[in-house]
Amino acid sequence: MSEHTTYNYKVVRQFAVMTIVWGIVGMSVGVLIAAQLAWPVLNFDIPWLTFGRLRPLHTNAVIFAFGGSALFATSYYVVQRTCHVRLISDKLAAFTFWGWQLVIVLAAITLPLGITSSKEYAELEWPIDILITLVWVAYAFVFFGTIVKRKIPHVYVANWFYGAFIITVALLHIFNSAALPVGLLKSYSAYAGVQDAMVQWWYGHNAVGFFLTAGFLGMMYYFVPKQANRPVYSYRLSIVHFWALIFVYIWAGPHHLHYTALPDWAQSLGMVMSLILLAPSWGGMINGIMTLSGAWEKLRTDPVLRFLIVSISFYGMSTFEGPMMAIKTVNSLSHYTDWTIGHVHSGALGWVALISMGSMYYLIPRLYGRELYSLRLVETHFWIATIGIVLYIASMWVSGIMQGLMWRAVNTDGTLTYSFVESVQAMHPFYIVRWLGGTLFLVGALIMAYNLWKTVAGARAVEAPIPLPAAAH
Amino acid sequence: MADFTSSFWSWFIIITTLGGILGCYLLIQWLSRGKKPEGKQIKTMGHVWDGDLAELNNPLPRWWLNMFYITMVFGVIYLVLYPGLGSYAGILGWGQTTQYEKEVRRAEDRYGPYFKAYAGMGFEELIANEKGLAVGRRLFLNYCATCHGSDAGGARGFPNLTDNDWLYGGAPENIKASIMNGRKGIMPSFGAALADDGVEQVAAYVLSLSGRDSDPVLAEAGKPKFQAMCSGCHMPDAGGNQAIGAPRLSDNIWLYGASPGSIKQTIREGRNGVMPAHKEFLGEDKVHIVAAYVYSLSASKD
Repeated sequence: MSEHTTYNYKVVRQFAVMTIVWGIVGMSVGVLIAAQLAWPVLNFDIPWLTFGRLRPLHTNAVIFAFGGSALFATSYYVVQRTCHVRLISDKLAAFTFWGWQLVIVLAAITLPLGITSSKEYAELEWPIDILITLVWVAYAFVFFGTIVKRKIPHVYVANWFYGAFIITVALLHIFNSAALPVGLLKSYSAYAGVQDAMVQWWYGHNAVGFFLTAGFLGMMYYFVPKQANRPVYSYRLSIVHFWALIFVYIWAGPHHLHYTALPDWAQSLGMVMSLILLAPSWGGMINGIMTLSGAWEKLRTDPVLRFLIVSISFYGMSTFEGPMMAIKTVNSLSHYTDWTIGHVHSGALGWVALISMGSMYYLIPRLYGRELYSLRLVETHFWIATIGIVLYIASMWVSGIMQGLMWRAVNTDGTLTYSFVESVQAMHPFYIVRWLGGTLFLVGALIMAYNLWKTVAGARAVEAPIPLPAAAH
Repeated sequence: MADFTSSFWSWFIIITTLGGILGCYLLIQWLSRGKKPEGKQIKTMGHVWDGDLAELNNPLPRWWLNMFYITMVFGVIYLVLYPGLGSYAGILGWGQTTQYEKEVRRAEDRYGPYFKAYAGMGFEELIANEKGLAVGRRLFLNYCATCHGSDAGGARGFPNLTDNDWLYGGAPENIKASIMNGRKGIMPSFGAALADDGVEQVAAYVLSLSGRDSDPVLAEAGKPKFQAMCSGCHMPDAGGNQAIGAPRLSDNIWLYGASPGSIKQTIREGRNGVMPAHKEFLGEDKVHIVAAYVYSLSASKD
């Protein structure tokens, strides 16, 4: 079939497969560093195996390699299928695939070597940052170019979110990574002192807000109604929560810098906007979950749908927890403790990973014209992953609140009751539980990989014809 | 320095903040018009994507709208009470610096008399007072243990406080002075003056002073160089000089590591030891008590 009558599934397939591969790599590194925190001997005194080098590798691998590949795969799939048109350029799409993989490989080499800009979630040095920029510009061209030549007048809601994610991440990346190179592998940030911290957390929190939220809401808006076979709950709710979300999110960064050198006014704005963000976030949750209204019984029989719906529930939970933690009084207890780590992982494992996995269970069989090999394995994966998440976040809650309370406990003479190392000692059992939770989550991902491998083994790639858009009525 | 270089930026913050919140309000006002028709089926918007994707247009849930309003009202009230709107300071006059100062003052009022009671005691009296010593120990764990270790055993670059070997003197008054005003222990670098051979020779001589294994030929060559360049501070008998914190080099106690390599590095590159001053930070009362505690660690070993 000619290029005008089929969708470009090749690039979707490539990114989908790499989603699974990078997911397992990134989660494995996470399990290793969780184990190192519980049993430091596992650092082996080898510099590139130490926690400090591997932690950024873990975050980059799960956010940008796993999450990024999932976003590329699904956005390319969704934008084609909801615009009823092939991607505007196969070559540029292929460039984004190979370019992004190169970025990931370079990250996997430079970070363990200790080559880092030391900006959290933006550790990669300037040559890699430039490559990211090129790939991202190509991505934006392919995505928006495809929307421009759509065969259907209305732009589907999933594409709004993917579009906002692509534009905002471009801005965040360029402004936060601005730096003065002093060599091929070393640069200094363009900003100094508290300005640097503020730009960093403006970036850091919106990496969460746009990379890990807006993009995955795009995923939700396609795969949930598809898998549930139900219309989206409310068009007007999608408009309200879209605009409110993208406007308010961008302000929330200063809540990472409460009680620091950041001026009081900026801290207050960050806190206030974080609280106002609760409703827009929950708007997305409502629209996702209520899409199931009238079809709740499907949750009993369809484990893929369960992945999607439970992920939205975790989204709702962590977007409630986040604004609470942004309140200064709460933050003075939670900041710098494991509570933050637990919060991040309830979003990362519960929301981002589960919705990606649910979407891959939907997507990958369709890319190869097969049925899922085993629904029972999906079911097994679901329960193992859920138990893993609960162990992870519950242990970090307990550990985090305990740390916060130990650090502020004082004797009758006003001296601190506990030395820091006593709080470290108290955390140890929880670190083991956290490692166990992470291990379970990884085991679930391996089951998924096996199941999907059996699904596609021997299958031929599908060339999907582009259907005519339904007539407007 | 003020946070804003001109009132323009203050107004910029005020207008975008309030305008943004107002924008959210107007957005939900606009889209929450219209009620769910009673008993009627909600219809889709009439657009279909990818075969079967459609959208209903259910009204915004009431409880959700209320939650949205509450957070916005809370936000505006908060910004009236607290700093947030540009350079407007807020009705309550709150600031994190003033909050900190208030808390410090409150702690001083509350705990100050407690410390004062022990600070009035002489050192010998204080180290015989079990409770006072316990206070000193807690202060030590809070403020000193980070560098000197919770057992006060020290670490590379941070002196052991239990071995009765003192850089600046072990009398309680000396210890108190070290804590109050801090110390700067500077060993200049001699790499250029001695050259590589000279560093080897002096290091061999220094090792021999503690009876350590070293090449006697090198040590013999190092002796005159030591007398010429090192004895000014470390004294001709290498016994050290507590007035300037020059360590005794004949007791096999090494602040920066005992290996020949470390000793050569010290001679070649010099060292910069810093004990920070705690007079302003802790106040004399607490310094007195913690000095007594440190003194007690080696007082029994005289």
